[in-house]
Amino acid sequence: MRAPEAILPLRAEGLRFSAGGVGVLQGIDLAIEAGRPTLVIGPNGAGKSVLLRLLHGLLAPTSGRVAWDGPAPDPRRHQAMVFQRPVLLRRSVLANLRYPLALAGLDRAEQDARAAEALALVGLAPLADRPARRLSGGEQQRLALARAAALRPEVLFLDEPCASLDPAATRAVEETLQALAARGTKLVMTTHDLGQARRLAGDIAFLHRGRLLEHAPAARFFASPATAEAAAFLRGELVW
Amino acid sequence: MLRRLLLLALLALPLPLAAQERSITVASTTSTEQSGLFGHILPIFTRETGIAVRVVALGTGQALDVGRRGDADVVFVHDRVAEQRFVAEGHGGPRQHVMLNDFVLVGPADDPAGIAGSRDTAAALQRIAAARAPFISRGDRSGTHAAELRLWQQAGVDPTAGRGAWYREIGQGMGPTLNTAAAQGAYAMTDRGTWLAFRNRQGLRVVVEGDARLFNQYGVMLVNPQRHSHVKQADGQRFIDWIVSPAGQAAIASYRINGEQLFFPNATQPEPVS
Amino acid sequence: MASLPGMNDLTSALGQALGLVAGGDAALGHIVLLSLRVSLTAVGLAALVGLPLGALLAVARFPGRGGVVVALNALMGLPPVVAGLLIYILLSRSGPLGSLGLLFTPTAMVIAQALLIAPILAALTRQVLEAMWEEYAEQLRSFGAGPWRAVPTLLWDGRFALLTVLLAGFGRASAEVGAVMIVGGNIEGFTRVMTTAIALETSKGDLPLALALGLVLMAIVLTVNALAQGLRDLAARQAG
Repeated sequence: MRAPEAILPLRAEGLRFSAGGVGVLQGIDLAIEAGRPTLVIGPNGAGKSVLLRLLHGLLAPTSGRVAWDGPAPDPRRHQAMVFQRPVLLRRSVLANLRYPLALAGLDRAEQDARAAEALALVGLAPLADRPARRLSGGEQQRLALARAAALRPEVLFLDEPCASLDPAATRAVEETLQALAARGTKLVMTTHDLGQARRLAGDIAFLHRGRLLEHAPAARFFASPATAEAAAFLRGELVW
Repeated sequence: MLRRLLLLALLALPLPLAAQERSITVASTTSTEQSGLFGHILPIFTRETGIAVRVVALGTGQALDVGRRGDADVVFVHDRVAEQRFVAEGHGGPRQHVMLNDFVLVGPADDPAGIAGSRDTAAALQRIAAARAPFISRGDRSGTHAAELRLWQQAGVDPTAGRGAWYREIGQGMGPTLNTAAAQGAYAMTDRGTWLAFRNRQGLRVVVEGDARLFNQYGVMLVNPQRHSHVKQADGQRFIDWIVSPAGQAAIASYRINGEQLFFPNATQPEPVS
Repeated sequence: MASLPGMNDLTSALGQALGLVAGGDAALGHIVLLSLRVSLTAVGLAALVGLPLGALLAVARFPGRGGVVVALNALMGLPPVVAGLLIYILLSRSGPLGSLGLLFTPTAMVIAQALLIAPILAALTRQVLEAMWEEYAEQLRSFGAGPWRAVPTLLWDGRFALLTVLLAGFGRASAEVGAVMIVGGNIEGFTRVMTTAIALETSKGDLPLALALGLVLMAIVLTVNALAQGLRDLAARQAG
């Protein structure tokens, strides 16, 4: 039983992507269901970020397609994305939160209500009037997260959101992510941090050289990877 | 706050740049403007009539062009031949004499052509050409330029043969011409008014003056309102009537620099169109 | 100092400049105010066109865009005299816009200066905002903002950098003499501005007075820049 505006499940069929004649993704078939977070892992250069951008619609595939199989008519309105380096507008914290809400057509009162809620979620309420780009790196990423969360997306894509953060900030972001997942937001996230993947993942998509080698429940994947590449990756060996 | 200030600035922009006033535009020459004559006589006219006079000071040729295009109400210049052509072509008129001034030849203190003190312009120009002494010409189709070319012709010399060498046409107004002559130690012809008001003389001084051929007639005419319907006929005519009237003529005669009279009123009846 | 005759002119100019300012000369006051109004209005007018155009060029990709950018950069070098002649011919009573009766008025000077600096504002705006767009593009597209919506966003977020662009335009406008001389006619008390007054005094051979006026002009431009800079710093501290 899905809500009438649900966009999931998400289906990628034969996704290929090349840039400048170089094949980055070599044909990905992947189905993502509602539920616990999907973590996309794999060595550097495996194509994780590109896959996320294709799924979110920021990039167009060279061939193949991305299909949202849920009943909602406009899937774009139900997704958001947080980038490795937060892109904050040169405005106050509050104005950053309001911006996408205004774009989504919410009235001012609704914008303010959602902004306040999102600020409370990430613990930045006291900084609402501060210039966003003067915040610390961790605070900036939490704001980016709050800004995405305020849109109340059904699916939230996150591309290495903690890659530039120290452990304390990482922990704060992860707590927020857990809270979002708990209230039903589907997280689709890349990471190169295996510990983070173990802490957050419901299922794991393992990417290697532009191919999806495994897609399995996290417990099964970590206990007994099906491919030699995944096993080597989990042992911390250099694979490419 | 920034937004409010920007808004304020934007609101202030469309305000009219100058209060509307009754005014006419007169295309005239640099000699009348830069000598200070207009600064002296125009306030008197404005006080009497309430009509402000906006002077665009150009060379005579350009000033007549401005009149031809209908961009001025009155033309007040000094090149009789060109003015008569202007009238004959129906661009304006009738033309009336207003005043005379005179030209002088100025040159460097060392006077390489040896003409200082002469009253014979033709002979002086011949000696300049013979000595190939540098001479700065306006070269800008102005009344002064036209007068200079007539004087060369009367002297039987074709100065353009020395073009690029000693005869230097700079295509600029009287002031820049004097600045150039001062900088290069060259001869030049100038109207006396500009010369007296000119401050950057360095070594320049008057070498030839007082020749009857050096007198210079100013004329005034209304731009043809039949061709350019927006011409302020009544107010323009009022200005012309005033400047040839005893009051206007007296105002011209009373303008002096260092006690020296620059312009000699000689107003006439309107010239018949030939 | 007898060996350096120029020094006398310089000290005399400085003395005269101070005297002019201290004396509160009414004619000079009119000239200064007119200069400011003409140039500031021209900057405002040019900004209305140049800023959005520059921002659009920064975000939009369309066939012929390269040509437009090259043309704009070339127009930055448009000789003032040419701009002046163009406006002269347009506004002359015998020209296509002659019935407006604008030749030899301050309005004509505003138009000529705006024509001169609009390409400068557009080209500099494009440069400033293109760098910002590189940072913002993915995030704004993720929010669902297309190029048209990005234009006002970039203009607002680039406001501090764009103030410098506006000041560059103001500098060029207020220093310009060729165009305003032709279309304004340097009419005393009506269209005479600082630069045409300087040109006039130069041609009258009163070099110290010309230089003194030049010093006053530089002081005005300096003051405008300092005020704008102060405003910018103040606002930047508030908004980041």
